[in-house]
Formats: sequence, structure tokens, C-alpha cells
Amino acid sequence: MDVLDVALRLVAVLVAFLTLPLLVGQTEHKVMAHMQGRVGPMYAGGFHGWAQLVADGVKFAQKEDIVPDGADRRVFQLAPAVALIPYLLVLVAIPFAPDGGVGQAVDAGIFFVLAVMGVGVLGSLMGGWASANKFSLLGGLRTGAQLMAYELPMLLAAASVAMAAGTASLTGILDAFEWWWVPWQIIGALVFFTAGLAELQRPPFDAPVADSEIIFGAYTEYTGLRFAFFLLAEYAGIVVLCALTTVLFLGGWHGPFAADLGWVWTLLKTSVLAFVVIWLRVSYPRLREDQIQRVAWTGLVPLALLQIALTGVVKVVIQ
Amino acid sequence: MNLAAAHPGFLSPTGVEIVFVLVGVVTLAAAVITVTTRKLVHAALWLVVALGGIAVEYLLLTAEFIAWVQVLIYVGSVVVLLLFGLMLTRAPIGDSPDADSGNRPVALAVALASAATLVTVVVDAFRTYWIDLDASVQGSTAVTGESLFRHWVLPFEALSVLLLAALVGAIVLSRKDGPRAAGPGPVRDPDATGPAAPAAPDQPDTDTGPGSGTDAEGRR
Repeated sequence: MDVLDVALRLVAVLVAFLTLPLLVGQTEHKVMAHMQGRVGPMYAGGFHGWAQLVADGVKFAQKEDIVPDGADRRVFQLAPAVALIPYLLVLVAIPFAPDGGVGQAVDAGIFFVLAVMGVGVLGSLMGGWASANKFSLLGGLRTGAQLMAYELPMLLAAASVAMAAGTASLTGILDAFEWWWVPWQIIGALVFFTAGLAELQRPPFDAPVADSEIIFGAYTEYTGLRFAFFLLAEYAGIVVLCALTTVLFLGGWHGPFAADLGWVWTLLKTSVLAFVVIWLRVSYPRLREDQIQRVAWTGLVPLALLQIALTGVVKVVIQ
Repeated sequence: MNLAAAHPGFLSPTGVEIVFVLVGVVTLAAAVITVTTRKLVHAALWLVVALGGIAVEYLLLTAEFIAWVQVLIYVGSVVVLLLFGLMLTRAPIGDSPDADSGNRPVALAVALASAATLVTVVVDAFRTYWIDLDASVQGSTAVTGESLFRHWVLPFEALSVLLLAALVGAIVLSRKDGPRAAGPGPVRDPDATGPAAPAAPDQPDTDTGPGSGTDAEGRR
């Protein structure tokens, strides 16, 4: 692997990081609009308002960057970067095509991905505390409680796949994948996806940013580009979560003509999952804080443990 | 001494060794700031830098598995728990007036003594051990798993039982009054948000209310 190859891979990952979240954002505009019986933004750029997100970006960049008087300046300004950059790092390790179609194969891929995703939540906590605002602090508290509750089932569900494949490397898992893993690991898949939604604070788990209760949670005091970074982190999080679910539970690049069209399968499965994420936002009401905790501790954790037991039994039987 | 003579030596350091020392200096500095800063939340955030620096050191020694687990457990969970606790109780913007306790010299003495002991033991144990970074990776998941489940199974199982006992103990403690007894009294136990929470629907809000009130006062 020479320098040019590494550089090319990193540029490709960067391009994916800059475009895919925007695509998800634009899809969210349109899908939500149509599900609610309206057309959504239609004018910017001409055809179906495709340039609306570009216009939004320009608007964000023009806004004044305000730091509240009582805030802790440095932590406040650092928080959006801490929230955004981990998702860029995670994208590097996600395989999208067979035979080396990955930014950088990581030996303990599952651990790398989950560890770095967990760091991103520190950004919300930092923003929530440093804003010196009651609503921000409440949002930060809820973020912390939610992360601690949902990290465990997410890890357990991922561990089940690692047990099935006999490796913790994401590329290794895809190499070992068989089609019947999908029904075998389906409980784990649901647990992982749900816990991931909660970790991203997407509806119905958006109590940390609940706009009708605590304004916008940890992001209340943010404006302009820094706020845009937090939004971008949310969409990048959707891309990462859907890609990870695809790789771990839906076979990633496996499909007809996988040798040539593997990346198409990865993208296709990822976008279907991203559509489901948007669909859930439109169709489910927000869970209350205690309901969120109850779902995690009395629902997802036992289900994840059940999946691990099932995986272990089947694994021993087929050997 | 004969064994030591066979070492590559320290006089012409490789790039990895230089980076290792630099990251070590950064980690040490972050650790010192963690215990000397007067702002509590800043201390927790500098702890993130220190723990992350240790993870990078593991990576440089090719112990990849341990490095990611370090980030996952310590940065992702322990520090988040720490920040959660700070935000729930008392974390004013700016200096925390009661951050210093009177036993600063004792703490310094204990820290220096334990550091001296650890350095002595580690240097004595691994004086003749040299990791060949270019050869096979010695800290990969496969190697770690093999040594863990082949040579260290008994300690591993003992630790699992210990952790399980702690888990069951936490659940028992948080439910000791029965599911209905969590009434008007102040709930200070963070575990109450766990299994016992469903008994009291509004618990999180009433719980954080007074806490954030004192917090706002602390800021003025």
C-alpha cells in the first residue's frame, strides 16, 4: 500500500462524508413533506428544490457566530467539532465493496467503530454544560442518561455478530457472511438499530433535544456554522448507523454480481435503512424520559442477551 | 546485563519511539492539568485527553484491541458517567470554590509513591523484553483472545463472577425500598434512573429541578 493509494482512499472517504449526509438531509426534507401531504421546498435550484440544502448551508455560514456571555468559551466552541469528527473517523473503517473496498481495514473493527461513535456524544455533553443555560444542561443530562442506557444493548448486539462470524473485524464479518444470518441475527439487528437511533437522539428517542419541552436541548445556544456542524453530525450519524447495520446484519456488499456491484448493494441497503430512520421520525411520537429508560433496560438488554444465547447455541450446534 | 546488551538501544530512536515519547509527554501533561485545574468539568475533559493519550500509546505498541477497548470503556462510558454526575450535582461555569480539599500534600505523596512503585516494578519485570513492532502484531484480537482464554481463563472467570455480583448488588440496592416507596424524599442514587425508574413517571424532572437551580446560583 503506497502513499498515493492511502491518499486516494482518504479522499474518497472524505467525499462520502461530505455528500452522503447532505443527501440524507435532502431526502428527509422531501420524504417528510410527502408523508405529511405537502411538497416541501420547491424553488431553490429549479428541479424540485434540489439546491435547498446548499442555500441552507450558505445561510448558516452567513450568520453571526455568537458565544453567550456566561458560557465557557473554549469548551463551547470546541463541542461541535467533538460531535462531528468521530463520524468521519468511523466512515474510514466501514467496508463498502469486496476485496479491499474499505478506507482502512481495522483488526478490531467493531470495537473501533463503537468506541469512536461513543466519543461523539461527548460533544453534546460539552455543549450542554458550556452553554450556561438550564435547558442546555437538561438536554446534556438527558443525552448522558440515554447514552449510558443504550450503549450496552448496542454492544451486546454487535458482539452477537462477532460471535457468529468468529472475528471482530468488519471485513472479516462480511467475508464470513451467509444469507441465513439475516433471520438468525434478526433480533440483534432490531436491537442494534433501535439503540443506534437512541444514541443519535433521533425520534422517537429525541427527548434530549425535545423542542416543545427544553427548546433544543444542548444545542439551544448555538447559531450559524457551529449549529450546522451539530446538524451535520446528526445526518452523518444516520449514514454511519445505517451503514453499520448493513455491514453487521444485512450482509453489506453481498448480493447478485457482488464482485462488480458490491458498492451499489451497500449504498442501496444503507439508503433503505436511512429511509426507515426518516419514516420513524414522521410516524412515531416522542418517548417520555422514563419510557426511554424502560425500553432500554427492560426491553433491549434482555432481547440482546437472548440473541447472544441464541447465537451461542446455534454456533455450537452447527460446529 | 548480557541480555540487555542485545537490545537495539536508545541511542538511535526510531520514528515510533519518538512519537511514543511525545504522546507520553502530552498524556502526562493532561493528567497533571486534570488534578490541578480548578474547574471540575475541565478536569473531566482533560481526563479524556489523558485516557485518549494512553490509548494512542497502546496503538503504537500494536495492542490494537486494548486501545479500542480503552476508548470504549473509559472515554465512552466512564467519563460520560463522570460528566453526568457532575452536571447532576454541581458544576458551575468557572472555578469550583470547593474543588480543593485540605489533603493536597498527602495526595501528592501517595501519587508519587504509587508511581515510583509501579515504575520500579514494570522496569524490573520488562527490562529485557523488547517488542518487535515490524514482526507479527502481538496485540491483535486473535492473539489477545487466545492468551486470554487459554492461559488466563481462571482469572477471567473470577472477574466475570465479581462483575456479575456487583451488577446484582446494584440492582438490589436500587430496589431496596420496593417499587412504590420512591416517594417525596430526595433521590440521590443515580441508579434510580435504572430499573426502579418506571415506578415514578416524573422522577427525572423533579430530580433535576433542584439540581439545576443550585447550579444557576453557582454561576452568578
